Amino acid sequence: MARNVTTRHKITATVAAWIVALIIFFPILYTIITSIKTEPEAIAGFSLWPSGTFENYITVQTQRDYLKPFMNSVILSVGSTILALIIAIPSAWAMAFSPTKRTKDILMWMLSTKMMPAVAVLVPIYLLFRDFGLLDSRIGLTVMLTLINLPIVVWMLYTYFREIPGEILEAARMDGAGLWQEIVYVLTPMAVPGIASTLLLNIILAWNESFWTIRLSTTNAAPLTAFIASFSSPQGLFWAKLSAASTMAIAPILILGWFSQKQLVRGLTFGAVK
Amino acid sequence: MATQNTKTLARLMMAPSVLLLLVWMIVPLAMTLWFSFQNYNLLDPSNVSFTGLFNYQFFYTDPAFFQSIWNTLVIVGGVLLITVIGGIAIALLLDQPIFGQGIVRILIISPFFVMPPVAALVWKNMIMNPSYGVFADISKFFGLRPIDWFAQYPLFSIVIIVAWQWLPFATLILLTALQSLDGEQKEAAEMDGANFLNRFIYLVVPHLARSITVVILIQTIFLLGVYAEILVTTNGGPGYASTNLAFLIYRTALLGYDVGGASAGGIIAVVLANIVAFFLMRAVGKNLDR
Repeated sequence: MARNVTTRHKITATVAAWIVALIIFFPILYTIITSIKTEPEAIAGFSLWPSGTFENYITVQTQRDYLKPFMNSVILSVGSTILALIIAIPSAWAMAFSPTKRTKDILMWMLSTKMMPAVAVLVPIYLLFRDFGLLDSRIGLTVMLTLINLPIVVWMLYTYFREIPGEILEAARMDGAGLWQEIVYVLTPMAVPGIASTLLLNIILAWNESFWTIRLSTTNAAPLTAFIASFSSPQGLFWAKLSAASTMAIAPILILGWFSQKQLVRGLTFGAVK
Repeated sequence: MATQNTKTLARLMMAPSVLLLLVWMIVPLAMTLWFSFQNYNLLDPSNVSFTGLFNYQFFYTDPAFFQSIWNTLVIVGGVLLITVIGGIAIALLLDQPIFGQGIVRILIISPFFVMPPVAALVWKNMIMNPSYGVFADISKFFGLRPIDWFAQYPLFSIVIIVAWQWLPFATLILLTALQSLDGEQKEAAEMDGANFLNRFIYLVVPHLARSITVVILIQTIFLLGVYAEILVTTNGGPGYASTNLAFLIYRTALLGYDVGGASAGGIIAVVLANIVAFFLMRAVGKNLDR
């Protein structure tokens, strides 16, 4: 390490970086602080010292049944991600290990479906959901989120599977292993980390999806995105309670997100930046 | 060597996802295209007739249409400007040796994981509210009159909120790219007497060019469809001041019940998105060959 880093340089950079980080994080921090204020405190002007009440969290549950949209969010995001994985794993597998001339075209085409603006198909999807009785149903929304995220799931898995060395496969084949044996005994152990990363990122994406979940649900299937959006009306809750609901809505995914920073770059750039 | 057998199996394995996406892409899009030539209002569903290009003409002559296109461009352009320049600056800062790098990274990446309705409502109420928001408190502290953000600068307010959500994404990707820059090259440049500005222009920028392109293209795809942030803050107003194309189509379809008009708007949105997609696919496609 020939670059000599002076302590002074490091301290300057540290101070600057922390100031930037705290400014960017501030709205989230302030939401958490406001969630443990009383309502009068919440609108009493800037203060970072709350009285520390947890009443808002209880009120959000008792008055607005917070647990229901929360469970819907869990069911929709986990359900759609697992469904997408079940469909995508074989595809990504075949593309990574038995590529043909057309594999690249298929991958690019899958990516192109992601470019379709959601709003362009709002009308037909809405009418189809209405006619099939899928409006405000968990099944309908799960299918929707599965389809939306399927291209990303296939792509992410493909970029992970592609890194598994082909020689291992050949060795297994020489030892007489069939395709299924290959998959179960040789490659699955090597593929698990990639699958786990894909799972994590897609739960995050599905949890935060805010177009279809708001438009295709009303009460029964409404996840947290629709629940929070309903607070935009003036009759909604007050700030401290809104903050409590918001904190609970973002906390689980924030923690998952911190664990998936690296996969985020890879997944969202379709492997273009690693 | 793959036998005929494994080839068939590979095809079978790919079939479900390919077929699903094929149906998902073709059926709704074909329906949108079909509806866009129909006079179809949900309030009068028995009276559907073919109208040719009337819906397009109607959408095209609606003054809200051009405003919404303009607003869409302002949102995309404004957010890109803030996130790319801010992202490069923050990435350069984080690339320095600093104490607590891990925590700083976590704090900076966090807004990306906040769901759009929460982000928008937190900014609307707690930060930008003209009476009780943090910005108002700051204005009062300096003896200034607080700004009523959503009434005075509705579109700019939305740009700020959306930029806050996407700044982490740009930062993280540019930082990842920056960290892959060869340390020896930097050293060599330093030894040759290149100052910070020269190193930045001749070494860092060319290295980041590809990642910047990727950031711009991916963000554009998402930014063309900004929706929830508008819904919970301004609801497109005042008037059409903060209505983008996505929001206008939603308004036409589900508030105006005009299936034909909304579908024509949808087709226009597809055309716009495809122009961007064309460039994105080329950038990503190049990477596949390596």
